[in-house]
Amino acid sequence: MNKLLAVLLHVCVCAAYGQTAEVAKFDELQKVLSSSNDTTYVVNFWATWCVPCVKEFPAFQDLAYKHRNEKVKLLMISLDFASEKDKTLIPFLAKHPIEAKVLLLDEPDYNSWIDKVDKAWGGEIPVTLMINGARGIHSFFDHDFTPQSLEETFTKTINKQQ
Amino acid sequence: MKKITRFQSFGAVALTLIGALLMSFAPGKSYKIGDNVADFKLKNTENGKYVSMASYPNAKGYIIVFTCNHCPFAKKYEQRIMSLDKKYAALGYPVIAISPNDPAVAPEDSYDELGKRAKEKGYTFPYTFDETQQVAQAFGATKTPHVFLINKEGGKLVLKYAGAIDDNTEDAAKVTKNYLADAIAEVMAGKAVTVSETKSVGCTIKWKQS
Repeated sequence: MNKLLAVLLHVCVCAAYGQTAEVAKFDELQKVLSSSNDTTYVVNFWATWCVPCVKEFPAFQDLAYKHRNEKVKLLMISLDFASEKDKTLIPFLAKHPIEAKVLLLDEPDYNSWIDKVDKAWGGEIPVTLMINGARGIHSFFDHDFTPQSLEETFTKTINKQQ
Repeated sequence: MKKITRFQSFGAVALTLIGALLMSFAPGKSYKIGDNVADFKLKNTENGKYVSMASYPNAKGYIIVFTCNHCPFAKKYEQRIMSLDKKYAALGYPVIAISPNDPAVAPEDSYDELGKRAKEKGYTFPYTFDETQQVAQAFGATKTPHVFLINKEGGKLVLKYAGAIDDNTEDAAKVTKNYLADAIAEVMAGKAVTVSETKSVGCTIKWKQS
């Protein structure tokens, strides 16, 4: 019975946040990278095994919640191994729900796509992109954030004139 | 008065030297493909003996691997790194493994823990500790694992390849591009390396907090 309750609760929490984690290929991400509409995408590359990524995760939970009624979309790109998704990513998200689209990027040949995200990226995580196609914004951040520094950086970036 | 001036000029020289040293280790000042690489001297965590590239006078080159104990990506590659040494040491390209992480940040990567791991797993190559992190900075290593292929050319140590071992961290059986092995084959054949740099995901090197 307890188990059933736990499962139900889990389903409710996940449903409330639309929490799924699809396994995706790079073209899914490419659509966001090359989007031309006036939506600001915040794209965070992370993994459950990455200590600094997990540490900054609450900053992204805050950001998503604060801007939930704006044209802002948060995309959490997990680089966890696809074969370990049920052991790593899914339990993590159950404990740390986030108002974001979570994709597990299953593209093992990192060298074939890292440059397409940003030439300045060597492959270390966490890194974050802030993009708005309509406003010509493409900013890349190769460091981690605190809730305060993320909010400040976000505000500064989206208010940047072309 | 004269004494002070002398002291001041000594101070200035010392500062310039320290500045130059710091600059040479700053990111972006690291080795590029084709550069001559300086030898290093690091302690082998298994036996406390110092290891340099010069410790292998008969080697034709070296596979320098920045790796560590704690990182899941490094763990995925551990067996492959061991296989690399078994295969390429005999061909003149031994593996030298270097853990650059600050144990204050990653306790699993302390000198003692590294040595323990090397013994447990029976590494056939030295697993060294880059305590000052200066070797990692000189090479421009940013993550673990991060490999660098060095070839001896006319007495010089030349950087030929930097990046990933292959194109599939998760599953060695699904590898389709053996970036490092291909580079070694080309170097051994006296050819230019076609893919001399690759990017990959890995654990960020745990730098000392300054």
